[in-house]
Parts: sequence; structure tokens; C-alpha cells
Amino acid sequence: MSTTERPAAPARAPVPLTLRLNGRQTTFTVEPQVTLLDLLRERAGLTGTKKGCDRGQCGACTVLVDGRRTLSCLALALAQAGAEVTTIEGLADDGELHPMQAAFVEHDAFQCGFCTSGQIMSAVAIVREGRARTADEIREAMSGNLCRCGAYPNIVAAVATVQGAR
Amino acid sequence: MIVTGERSAPLAAAAVTTERPATRGYVGLPVDRVDGRAKVTGAARYSADAAIDAPLHAVLVQSTIASGRITEIDERATRAVPGVVEVVTYRNAPRVPSFPFAFTTPVSEELAPLQTPEIKYDGQHVAAVVGTTFEAAREGAALLRIAYEPAPAELDAGTARQVDLPEQYFGQEAQVRRGDPEAAYAASEVRIDATYVTPTENHNPLEPSVTVAEWRDGELIVHDSTQWVRGTRAALAKHFGLDEERVRVFAPFIGGGFGCKGFFWAHTAIAAMAAKLTNRPVKLVLTREQMFTSVGYRSETRQRLRVGASRDGRLAAVLHDTLNESSRVATFVEAAGGVSEMLYDVPNVAISHRVARLDVPSATAMRAPGEAPGTYGLGSALDELAYACGLDPLEVLRRNHASVDPSNGLPFSSKHLLACYERGAEAFGWSTRPREPRAMREGDELVGWGVATATYPAMRAPAEARVTIAADGGVDVASATHDLGTGMYTILAQIAADALGVAPDAVTVRIGDSSLPNAPVAGGSMSSASVGPAVIDAARRARQRAIALAISSSDSPLYGLPEDDVETADGSMRAKDNPARAIAYGALARLNGGAIEALGGAAPAEEEKYSFHSFGAQFVEVRFDEELARLRVSRALGVFDCGRILNPKTARSQMIGGITMGIGMALLEETVRDPRYGAVVTNNLADYHVPVNADVPAVEVEFVEEPDYALNSLGARGVGEIGITGVAAAIANAVYHATGVRVRDLPIVPEKLLGTPAS
Repeated sequence: MSTTERPAAPARAPVPLTLRLNGRQTTFTVEPQVTLLDLLRERAGLTGTKKGCDRGQCGACTVLVDGRRTLSCLALALAQAGAEVTTIEGLADDGELHPMQAAFVEHDAFQCGFCTSGQIMSAVAIVREGRARTADEIREAMSGNLCRCGAYPNIVAAVATVQGAR
Repeated sequence: MIVTGERSAPLAAAAVTTERPATRGYVGLPVDRVDGRAKVTGAARYSADAAIDAPLHAVLVQSTIASGRITEIDERATRAVPGVVEVVTYRNAPRVPSFPFAFTTPVSEELAPLQTPEIKYDGQHVAAVVGTTFEAAREGAALLRIAYEPAPAELDAGTARQVDLPEQYFGQEAQVRRGDPEAAYAASEVRIDATYVTPTENHNPLEPSVTVAEWRDGELIVHDSTQWVRGTRAALAKHFGLDEERVRVFAPFIGGGFGCKGFFWAHTAIAAMAAKLTNRPVKLVLTREQMFTSVGYRSETRQRLRVGASRDGRLAAVLHDTLNESSRVATFVEAAGGVSEMLYDVPNVAISHRVARLDVPSATAMRAPGEAPGTYGLGSALDELAYACGLDPLEVLRRNHASVDPSNGLPFSSKHLLACYERGAEAFGWSTRPREPRAMREGDELVGWGVATATYPAMRAPAEARVTIAADGGVDVASATHDLGTGMYTILAQIAADALGVAPDAVTVRIGDSSLPNAPVAGGSMSSASVGPAVIDAARRARQRAIALAISSSDSPLYGLPEDDVETADGSMRAKDNPARAIAYGALARLNGGAIEALGGAAPAEEEKYSFHSFGAQFVEVRFDEELARLRVSRALGVFDCGRILNPKTARSQMIGGITMGIGMALLEETVRDPRYGAVVTNNLADYHVPVNADVPAVEVEFVEEPDYALNSLGARGVGEIGITGVAAAIANAVYHATGVRVRDLPIVPEKLLGTPAS
């Protein structure tokens, strides 16, 4: 029987946290070990952001933090105090699909849809960052977002359409 | 109260019609996915997103030995974590039975979860820690101390003491003989004798498996990432001794499955056990690491192929012997030899399947089980044969084309494989291919082209659907089928729209709910061919009722018209000779007390008359940079004969997806277990490589659209699995053509190409 000592009890006391979530100032009371992903899904009711691996390898949890592509499973919630966080739910403008969302539907750039939120958040960012100028550049920049259904060629087409329309 | 599912008398098989449906309609059009908006806005609720108020969270703990028993469990540190409310182990879990797999109760393993201290494989669930938050449960799980007494474990299929020779797998013969294969092989002018190895592979859908379970008044409500809501319902009912009507399973959106969510796995029962013990809803999500041992995998295969032929490449004998691995608590035959029974015109055939019983997790079906590894083995052997005969590899495939099914002598219901070869060869430019390896080079890269045949059976299962026309003219289509990215929501809307004469956006499709009319597992590429005809049947019955109302009700403008003089279009019934004399479906529904409803169904027919299969041809170009040892697929083209294509947009996507998974199988994917202890060491997406965007070139897909009306009135065969078949062989053959190196064990990682012969 192992007799390994327990590590010292981690700090668990909830702490107030305020951030801008999809354009709205929002306050939580959250324990220090809660990730941004679990905060969004389990406490903010924003289940559009998905947990595919919980260790930064699949990209399904990609959100924008102050405009930067961020793996929310590897970001602690408390570290985002004061930040502007945009999730897939914050992308459509008053019910009108963001052009990237519309392009994903038009090009059938998903099948099961589970990776799609992360794909779209990455895609929006790489176009804005100027990293989507060619198909090869899109393939490279989108390679942090896994799609097991294999929608990659359609994802490239969707991103290229939005890039071309800029 | 659970609203129980509709219990209906078994429906007669729908008559097979050979009449071609009207060419105008929505079926066959590249309609955008009707669930597309929900998926791109994050609104689609997958099982882990179910709107359950304040569920408890369960985190599983898994065994760290491959064989033996638990000797001690120390829960003190776990229970001291604030928020941990329960630790479920064999000591306190509700008693549940173990039972073998049956299609009526499709459990993957004959191993009731958390019932004894016995350990059958590394990764077996041994505890569930339940907390008020995910964080508390996770911390509690990390602090659980479990001591084991290990027993010797067998982990290598090649040295297993127990090797079974199963008679059957899913109703198919596992051991097959035709003619005199040994003698024909020995007498052949050209002989190939080679062993091809495919590794263990994991499905790795992006959505980890999840169960949210809740008990309400003795009834069990489950949100489960399953490809079979009715199967999950039956298995849960049997675990907990409930009538099936007291269990309800929801799976409206499934984040991919590829087979690992097809049958029932233990975590689903454990979530329900935890909910029962705590009397609260419990959400249990597998970690990515746990996905490698908890929901099956494609077994490794070791396939020895002996192929005998005449010098002109005509096959005389194929002997295909496959060994695969299986756990102690399940038998799964990875039936790689099945393709050798029916794919080519061979008079003498011997097929064997052996299953090595090991102390490893249980295998299951993964996209094109049997055909995916089998087409790699056979497709490679025929390429080797072509080179041994000095023939073009595609010509060898053509010369051995089977015009009737050689396994049973039946005609194929519809087979256009030669057209696939022809169209593919033309589009790919095959005729310009030099036969010799290492003959094509571009810049620093060797270039190679390979080809292989794709094949998958066209299966069906009985299915039912209900169509309801509402007072507002809206149409509700309901069936306990599934959409795991396959496009089922969309094609059912198209099919119902055509059958009723309404627009697809007037149709609401409800699926993924076990209380809806019965439908089969979303597996075996059979959902479209099974559920589609059921929806047509239900829609026709609803339309029939609407017509009867329209001509018999004195409030209807069509009152008194003969039935044959009425047609439906644009959401209305109207007189054929006077379209202005019309009544809308909604108005008829109002005449009928608010709704017109009909239950319909369909079942397999004509199975003794025809052999039903889909076919295709896979063409691949690879490039190998010898200096960098970099191997890439640069072009892929699949031409498929899958009957009528219901929606070219979503069908093309599925084929691209299958080819992409085939690229992974050929070049990247391998689940590696520690050979001493049995733990999966590649249990994450950094060590288990699935293709990323940059791995996949522009993939071209074409369909030879010949409708198969013997299979069903839609003329459609399934498209879910055939896309992966043949891809690994085409890539391995292209690698040989590029480099002169024949790789007989997947994946083809660059080190297997080092030391290639100098040009």
C-alpha cells in the first residue's frame, strides 16, 4: 500500500473575478483552480466552447482573449481578470451570422460540429492577423485545430472565401 | 414522468419499388445542413451541454495494472476534499449484472462495472469520484489511493496462449473455404506470400464520451454520446432491472463517433450508478486519456496473404489469414479477410480469422471494421502481384473484376466499379504513369502514384418513423436515429419534403431520442438506407390521409374529387386540372382536429436475390523528400459507386473525411501499449497523431451516380464508411512507386523509408 503523503491543501477559497464576456461586464466568484474553459461551460452557461482534450492539444476550446487565439483549457479563469473574452456565442451580430460562420455553413466546413466553435474562432483570428493569404498558409495556421471528421479542405475553402471578401 | 415511446405493431416491409422518383425535388440537391446554424453558433447542445440544473460531476479512476486484483482502497484523502460527496467503488456500487453482447442488449464487455476487485486490463474503471464541482471531483480522483496485487499479464498477440477461431462475426462466416486454395496456390505461375500488419488505432472523435444521468421517480433519464439511443436504453434497462419504457436516452448531437459510441460501454452504467447513490443528476465526461481504454479501439491485425495468379495477373487463389487481439471480457473479430471473399473473381479462397485473448482493453468496430485493414492487406498484395507480373496495377484490378458476388454467386444489385476505375484513371492522369518505381521526380522529391479498390457492404435494418403535419402546415419527422455529423437531419428533411410536396424548411426533424419510433444503430453505413425509406413510408401514409380528408370533407375545395385527380405541391393539395382549386396541408390538419399523423416503416427485402455492396477506386499521389525524410500525400481522388447520392454536399464531406482518416491510418496513427505493463503510452493527441489540416491536400471526390432501387426506393446506399477503405493500400502502393520500398506495416513513418535504394 502506498503511503505517499498528501500534498499541502491547495488554496480553494473562491475569489471574485470580473471580465468582459462577449461584450458584457460579468462577475463570478471562482476557485483558483478553475480553468477559463470550465468557467465558460459550467458557470457562465456558454457551452458552445468545447472540451476535446483538456490539455491544449486539439483546439476545440479556442476563444479570443483580448483578440488573441487562446486555448481556454490551458488558461486559468482568475488570470483573465479584466480581459475581453469572446466565445462563439459572441460572434454573431444580433442574430446575423459572422461572415466566417456563414462561410462554414456554405462550404460544409464541419460534420459533427464539435470542433467547429474552435475552428471558427481560430479562423476569424488568422484572417485578422493576416495569416490566411494562401491555401497553404491557411492549412498551416489552422493546424492547431483538429477535426476528426476530416473537414479540412472545406475549412480551407471557407476561410479563403472570407479572406477573399475582405 | 417519462413520456414513453410509441409501441407499435411490427410494420410490414415496405414494398420495393423500381419506379424512379420524380426527378424534380430536394433529394439529390446539395442542400446546406439544416443543423448548420446551430453548429456554427455554438447553440447545438451535445450531451455534455445538456441543460441540467446543478449536476454533480463524476471523474473516473482507472486501474494501473493489466491483470490482478485490488487489495486496498484508501478514500480518506479523497473524501477530505471539500465538495467530494461520494466515492463509488466495487465496495458500495449498486449491484448490476454482467451479460454477453446481444443486438437486443449491446454491451461491449461481459464485465459488470465496479462489482468486484478483479482487474482484467490496464485502464479498467475502478472508481468514480463524485463532487459538487468538476474541480473537486478531479482533485478527489487524483488523491484516491488504490493498492493492487498484480498477476502476470499477456500483452502480445503473437505469443498469446489462448487463440480462438470464431465461427462467426455479426452473422458472417469467420472461417471460409472455396475450391482447393492450397493446391491452386501451389500450382500458380506467380505467387506472393507476404504479411501485412496494421497497428491498434483509436477512433478519437473530438467529443469525448459523456453520460449525464438522472433518476426521477424510479425512471432513468440519460443524455449520452451514443450512436444508438435504443441500444443504450436496452442495455441500461438490463443493468438496472427496468422496463425499457422507464429509461429515456437523448443524443440530439454527437461529436463524432466512428464506432466507439456504437455499443454500450461501462462508464454509462457508472454514471447512472453514481446518480442512484447520490440521488442527484451526475455528469460524467471521459478524459481524452481515458478514451484510449474505455470505448474500444480498432484491433491490430497481422494478415498473411498468399496470392496465386497466372502470368497475366488473373487470380487463381487467395489465402488470407488474420490474427487480431481481443480482451478477456469481449470477443471482437477485426474481419480483414472478408474482402478476400467477395472483392475479386477468385475461384479458390481460404480465409481464417484468429483472435488472441490478452489482458488488454476491449476492441470494437471502427470506421469500416474489417474492410479498412483488409483492403490494405489485399490491396497491397495485388500491387505486389502486378509488379511480379510486370503489369500495370490498375490493369490487374480490372482483370480480376467480379461481375457476380463470388462468395454466394448472387448478382450485385448494382455495381459500377469498372466505371470508377475508368473515371478515376482519366481524372488522375493514370495513363501517363511510368510503371517502374522511382521513375517520377519533381525538384527534391520522389513522386509516386498508387491505386486500390474501395468496398463496403450496403446493409439495412428495420426502422420506423412518424410524420406529423401540424395546423400551421409545419411537418414534424421523428425517428430514434442519429446525426453524428453524417447529415441525417438534413437528408431526412429533404426526403420528407419530396414525399409530401413541401419545402425542406417546413420540416422539423427530431432524432436522437429513444422514445421516438425505432431506428437502428448509426453504424454499418445503414442509417440512410434504413431510415430514409421509413420516412418515405410514413410521409406517404400521412399524404394519403391528407388526400382522403381533402376529398371527403365538405369543407374542402377538393370535396368529391377522385383521389387520382389530386396532387401535392408547395405545401398544398390541389386538383391536377385546376391548381387554383387547392387546400393547404395546414388547413387539412385543422380539419382533422389539429394534426395529421402517420407512422411508417421499412425493412430489408430481396436479400436472397441480390448481393448489396458499394465500391470505389482510390487514387493517391505521394511525395517523398529523401534529404528530409519527409513523406506527404499530395493528391487524393476517390471515385465511388454508392447508388443515388441524396445530398452531394454532405456525401462529399463524408468521403473526404473517410479519405482523411485513411491518410491518418496510412501515415500517422498508432496506439502503442507498454509491452511490459500494458498501459497505453500514446494516450493523448500529441502522441497519437490524427491528421491535421496541413497533412491533407486538396481531396477530390466523384460519384458514379447509378441508383440502386433494389436496395430501397431512394436508390441510395450508405456513404459513411467506404471512404476510408482502400486509402492505406493506395498510399502504400504510391510509396512503393515513389521510393521502391514496400512497407508492410502501418503506419508508414519516415524511418521505414530510410536507407532507400539509391536511384
